[in-house]
Amino acid sequence: MHLAYPAVLAVLLFCTGLYGVLARRNAILVLMSVELMLNAVNLNLVAFDVWLRDTLHGGQALTLFTIAIAAAEIGIGLAIVLAVYRNRGTSDIDRLRDTAEDPGPDPAEPEDPAAPAQKAEAAA
Amino acid sequence: MSATLAQAALTAPQGFLSPNGVEIAFLLVGIATLGAAVMTVTTRQLVHAALWLVVALGGLAVEYLLLTAEFIAWVQVLIYVGSIVVLLLFGLMLTKAPIGRSPDADSGNRWVALAVAVAAAGTLVWVVVDAFRTSWIDLDGPAQGSTKVSGEILFRHWVLPFEALSVLLLAALVGAIVLSRKSAPDDAPGDAPAAAPRETESR
Repeated sequence: MHLAYPAVLAVLLFCTGLYGVLARRNAILVLMSVELMLNAVNLNLVAFDVWLRDTLHGGQALTLFTIAIAAAEIGIGLAIVLAVYRNRGTSDIDRLRDTAEDPGPDPAEPEDPAAPAQKAEAAA
Repeated sequence: MSATLAQAALTAPQGFLSPNGVEIAFLLVGIATLGAAVMTVTTRQLVHAALWLVVALGGLAVEYLLLTAEFIAWVQVLIYVGSIVVLLLFGLMLTKAPIGRSPDADSGNRWVALAVAVAAAGTLVWVVVDAFRTSWIDLDGPAQGSTKVSGEILFRHWVLPFEALSVLLLAALVGAIVLSRKSAPDDAPGDAPAAAPRETESR
């Protein structure tokens, strides 16, 4: 098999995940996009391991380690998202701007027209 | 000399325009996987995003099988499709993600994100294709990722990282439990998962 097939597929999956991380608002959808990026890396590792015929099979071992670390990451990430949701009532990362250097219109204030509707939706 | 001859013999019958069966299968499954991934990051229904993610991860498992890494493929199915997607669905339900279309699933900077992603994809595809234009994976011979081979290399050469990883996984799970349990002091100190009482309280 030509090596370009898995390499290009991995690149495209990674960039799809990159778009998801940058464009999504819900924190859990961002985590899904991170999973896509991790999977693209895994595909690269497996393809290059098979290509190089590594005697230690470092690529496949590293893929297994990546999968385990991804499982740990998703557990911690979901716990953090749930804690943020419990404290703030939202998991929308555009509205978590406490540490922003230049705080725009505070989305928690009722002057933001979108805030009450979303609060109501979240509380419903 | 013989190596170059063998290389020439290896690469002679292959070409971009004459893909063999494995390449065609890889291409078709790859298109399906990529389509599912694009649907995952663009759909406006949050639960559907998780379900499209199942399709994408399952397609990647098939790609691993085509690359003769069967153990990785089954681990992918077990851990990603079996547990991570279920965890994500739990997360969506616990944060009361709206069922149905949510018009604000994408943030305002999605066009910037699209530009960045397209630029990165173009650059990386160009570099990768240019770099590996003359590289071929030899899939013949014994499978390189069979369960026997994986077990041998994992428990012969990679034992120490493997054990360290198990400690890391334990620490991560304990951390997740600590993060997600309710911190109210009047709670019963029982170690019930925090999800269940919150679920009943919020409904």
